[in-house]
Amino acid sequence: MEKRETIAVGTMAADDILLEVEHLKTYFYLGKDKVAKAVDDVSFAIKRGETVALVGESGSGKSATSLSIMGLVPSPGKIVSGSIKLNGKELTRLSEKEMNNVRGRDIAMIFQEPMTSLDPLFPIGDQIAESLLRHKKLKKKEAKELAIELLKKVGFVRAEKMMKEYPHQLSGGMRQRVMIAIAMACNPQLLIADEPTTALDVTIQAQILDLMMDVKEEFDSAILLITHDLGVVAETADRVLVMYGGQIVEEGTVEEIFQQPKHPYTKGLLKSMPSLEMEVERLDAIPGSVPPSHQFPVGCRFADRCKFAMEICQKENPALFQTNGGRKVRCHLYESEEGEHE
Amino acid sequence: MNNKEKILEVKQLKKYFLLRNGLFRTSSASIKAVDDISFAVYQGETLGIVGESGSGKSTLGRTILRLYEPTDGDIWFQGKNIAPLGERELKPFRKDMQMIFQDPFSSLNPQFTIKRIVEEPFLAQSKLSKKERTEKVLQLLEKVGLSEDALTKHPHEFSGGQRQRIGIARALAMNPKFIIADEPVSALDVSIQAQVLNLMKDLQEEFHLTYLFISHDLSVVKHISDRVGVMYLGRIMEIGPKNAIYDNPLHPYTKALLSSVPKTNLKAKRERITLHGEPPNPAEPPSGCAFRTRCPFAHDRCITERPKLAHQGEGHFVACHLFEKTAANSLSS
Repeated sequence: MEKRETIAVGTMAADDILLEVEHLKTYFYLGKDKVAKAVDDVSFAIKRGETVALVGESGSGKSATSLSIMGLVPSPGKIVSGSIKLNGKELTRLSEKEMNNVRGRDIAMIFQEPMTSLDPLFPIGDQIAESLLRHKKLKKKEAKELAIELLKKVGFVRAEKMMKEYPHQLSGGMRQRVMIAIAMACNPQLLIADEPTTALDVTIQAQILDLMMDVKEEFDSAILLITHDLGVVAETADRVLVMYGGQIVEEGTVEEIFQQPKHPYTKGLLKSMPSLEMEVERLDAIPGSVPPSHQFPVGCRFADRCKFAMEICQKENPALFQTNGGRKVRCHLYESEEGEHE
Repeated sequence: MNNKEKILEVKQLKKYFLLRNGLFRTSSASIKAVDDISFAVYQGETLGIVGESGSGKSTLGRTILRLYEPTDGDIWFQGKNIAPLGERELKPFRKDMQMIFQDPFSSLNPQFTIKRIVEEPFLAQSKLSKKERTEKVLQLLEKVGLSEDALTKHPHEFSGGQRQRIGIARALAMNPKFIIADEPVSALDVSIQAQVLNLMKDLQEEFHLTYLFISHDLSVVKHISDRVGVMYLGRIMEIGPKNAIYDNPLHPYTKALLSSVPKTNLKAKRERITLHGEPPNPAEPPSGCAFRTRCPFAHDRCITERPKLAHQGEGHFVACHLFEKTAANSLSS
């Protein structure tokens, strides 16, 4: 069974690949015999300039995956095994100091609530300049000028005045713009955005998504977008990774995932969502709830909620099969399809 | 819809919060969270209220339930104006109006068992024996899809979706006629959200409930509502039958709001109307129309005069100077 597991990068040319995650396991040791397998054997790759969405509900392991890439897994969690390579360079073995240089310079991150990642005691300008000074050889004056330029790029007309303002003087949408300015300060190759618009109103969300896409073009960065919002995914992503129970259960292009979802969980998610375009009397809800990550069943982690569950699903957790069409699905329904192909 | 009986009607409802500033708390400004709102809710329907943060939609719900003291205006509930009533006179009405909150965790006492939480209303409002109360609680739990072993558990032992079911069971305890649900599914994952929305629809049918469903989520509101009102800065900008609002929105704000919702249909044409800037500070609302600072069609009259909700036919009202002339026509016809 193991040999069938396809490694995510199989179809990509090696020099296109920016980030390569292989068999990543990040566990949280919550107590005696209580281990939460937040990320449990996750493999995927991101190409240069690509926008990849990592979708899942709470507890699916999507945020733990992004924190692992950033080297920011909080205690009692740790990366147990697997590899994370950026431009072919292994990140999991870097020292804290080396990882500090990667963060901010090569990989930057924006979070759901920008207030918690901005320091309330310092003016906006100082916080952007600090990031520039840490990673680039600049004079203070040059850093300040560059900071003003960045604030203009994220849409602040009165950037000079903004430099002296404090985070609490700004609205949620404006703070998220500042976070994007800080994130882009050193022209990172990868921007990880963890629920960047979840706390924002829909009209402000539209502004921030537009800005993220503009900034991505301008700086030629790749984006790993972590979100539970399928609408946001459809509007921004090139490729989609669907996570459930600490594992990727389906991977495909945005067209494949939205127009021909394969995994019963992906199908269920799309159907359970009320939409503006389609009207239904009752929503097709997925019964039950996500299993806690310290009590995953032996078999498929979705089996208890799946209307297609078979006997084998209770016994054996399926591998991420590759189907005839080159799709990747972690579901026994597609096992035979792959068998024929071989 | 007009043939139906009104269960609730608010008239020129206002809720202002006083802001006191300065050392001696002398200078005072106010936030007009609900600023002269009038509408009716009909028996058995779901009226959705959508708005962004700061639009006053939650304050509206709480003021109707008299959890906040109204600053001015009437709240007619089942033929009686409850706005001026004192707490004792309100008591009989409290049974009939209930609320479901966004975060069931903060509205459920963590020290109580589920039995104690759900039977709370009976302790306050009726003279049932202990055994009768337990029976009632069991019936309610079954209605919302929870099993008997929930009785002795505490709120932290449940997932978000299950906690919302408990909140719904408690709201149903006194056989209410009218329920205000304030962002009831916003904290839930999509798959769980669908379960709770389906449950709310089932219960509405079974118990002939009327809902005022408050949410920022336009897709959820479209799914659950019969009619929809759109709020902005303490005012209703547009209100009408669901299909009129979603298929033929008239107010520039409603249009922009709907176009901002990310679509999952990849083939749908995206024509996003991007609103510039942010909603104004509710303590210093613009003169005239509240939306004029972000409106692409704003003209002189919008600065000087606040537009009134004008009827556009078939129960569709809009508060925008662009539509006032046609309004006069349709009213006379």
